[in-house]
Amino acid sequence: MSTPQILPLELDGVYFEAGGNQLIKDISCRFESGRRTVIIGPNGAGKSLFLRLCHGLIQPSKGSVRWQQKAAAEHQAMVFQRPVMLRRSVAANIDYALKLRHIPRNERIATTKRVLEQTGLNRFSDHPARVLSIGEQQKLALARAWALAPQVLFLDEPTASLDPSATHGVEEIIQAIHDAGTRLIMTTHDLGQARRMADDVIFIHRGRILEAAPADKFFEAPENDLAQAFVRGELLWWHKGKDNRKRENPKQGEPE
Amino acid sequence: MTDFSEAFAAALGLVLGLDRSLVEIVALSLRVSLTAVAIAALIGLPVGAALALFRFRGRFFLVVTINALMGMPPVVVGLIVYLLLSRAGPFGVFGLLFTPSAMIIAQVLLVTPIIAALTRQVIEDLWIEYEEQLRSLGAGPGRAVPALLWDGRFTLITAILAGFGRASAEVGAVMIVGGNIDHVTRVMTTSIALEVSKGNLALALGLGIILLVLSAAINAGAYLIQHSTRRWHA
Repeated sequence: MSTPQILPLELDGVYFEAGGNQLIKDISCRFESGRRTVIIGPNGAGKSLFLRLCHGLIQPSKGSVRWQQKAAAEHQAMVFQRPVMLRRSVAANIDYALKLRHIPRNERIATTKRVLEQTGLNRFSDHPARVLSIGEQQKLALARAWALAPQVLFLDEPTASLDPSATHGVEEIIQAIHDAGTRLIMTTHDLGQARRMADDVIFIHRGRILEAAPADKFFEAPENDLAQAFVRGELLWWHKGKDNRKRENPKQGEPE
Repeated sequence: MTDFSEAFAAALGLVLGLDRSLVEIVALSLRVSLTAVAIAALIGLPVGAALALFRFRGRFFLVVTINALMGMPPVVVGLIVYLLLSRAGPFGVFGLLFTPSAMIIAQVLLVTPIIAALTRQVIEDLWIEYEEQLRSLGAGPGRAVPALLWDGRFTLITAILAGFGRASAEVGAVMIVGGNIDHVTRVMTTSIALEVSKGNLALALGLGIILLVLSAAINAGAYLIQHSTRRWHA
C-alpha cells in the first residue's frame, strides 16, 4: 500500500497573536510537492513562527493550516536552528525518533546505520551526541529527520551558527534529502544560501508575506520594494515606522 | 577532646571487631533507608515528571503541597503512620507497627515528596529544552516522560541522594513507628539517641561517625558515577 500524500499544504488567512501582538498577519499560501521553498526575511520577521505554524507546533489564532491527510504529522520532520540532542549516543538519538514512529527494532537498526552512513556520521555512532561539534550535531539532526523519511522537511535556519565548511556539508545533506523525494520548506537570512537552495522564495517582513515567486524571478527582479532592498543587502530596520507601514499596506496608507 | 578520642577508639573497636549488634544495626539501617528510597524513587520520579509535563486543574496546588511536604517534620510523619498502623487504626489489622516495614512506610512518606519535587524541577528544565524537538518527533507529554527521566538520569541521582540523606539521618519517624526495639527495629539514629540518653556518649559518637562515613561513601559513589558520565550530559 502506498503512503498517502499529505501535500499540498494550504494556509488560509493565518494569523498568530502572542502577548497582544500580531506576529503573523493574514498569511495565505500553498505548498505543492517536489519543490524547495526558501523563506527569507530579516530577524524577527516571523519566519520561524511561520514554519512552526505549518508544522503544527503552534496553532494559528485565526485562519487554517490544512494538509491533505489527517495523520500528516507522521510524515513531516523539522530541523531547528540549534540542534536539540538527547543525552544519549548518536545512534540512540536516531533510534529514539524511529521508536516514536513504532518502527520495528530490526528496521530501526538498518535505518540508523543507513542514515549515519549517508550523513558521514557512522564513525560517531557510539559517541555521546552532545559532545559532537555544532556542525556534526546539525548533521545528526538531519540524519534523524531523514531516518523518518518525511514527505515534508521544515528547516529553521539550519546553518545559522555554522562556518562555511560545515554549512556546505549541511547543504549537501539537505539536497540529498530533497533528491530522495522530500519537499523542503526552509528559512534563512543568508541570501547566498537562498540562491543556492531555492526553487521558490517567500519574502516575509513583519509577519506578512510581501512577495512569493520562483527563485530566479525573485532574485532577478523582486517586485516589492522592501524585498528589493533586502536583496540589495540593505538593513530593513532603517525602514521601520510610518513609512514602512505604507509600503507593507499601501491600500491602508496614502498613495505612494 | 577525650570524648572524641574515646569515640574514635570505640568506633574503631566496633568496626574492626565487626561487633555483631553493630553490624545488625548498620544492616537494618541500610535496609530500611535504601528500601524506602527505592520505593520513593519508583513513586516520586514518575509523579514529579508528570507534574512537570502535564497541565491540569489543581496542578499549582499539588506542586505547592509537594514542595511544602519536603519540609514535613519526621515526628509528624511518624505520628501519622503510628495512628494508621496502630491496632485501632485503619491498617492495624496488618500488625505492622514496631516492625521494619512500618519504618520503611514512614520513610517513604518522608522521602517521596523530596524526590518528586526535585524531579519536577529537573524535568521541567529539560522539557523547556526538548519540547519542540520531541513534539516534532511525535512525542507528547505522556510519551516524553520515560525519555526525559532517562535523559535526566544523572541529575536525578542528586534528587535520590537528597532523599537518601533525609531517610538515613532522620530519627523521629523511625523512633515512633519502630519503637527502637533491640535486634528488631534498632537503627543507627535511634541507637545514637538511646546511647546519648544513657550517657554513653562515646558509643553514640562512634555510631555517628559510622553513619557519616556510610553516608559519605554513598554520596561519593554517586558523585563518581556523575563525574564519569559527564560526557553524556554535556
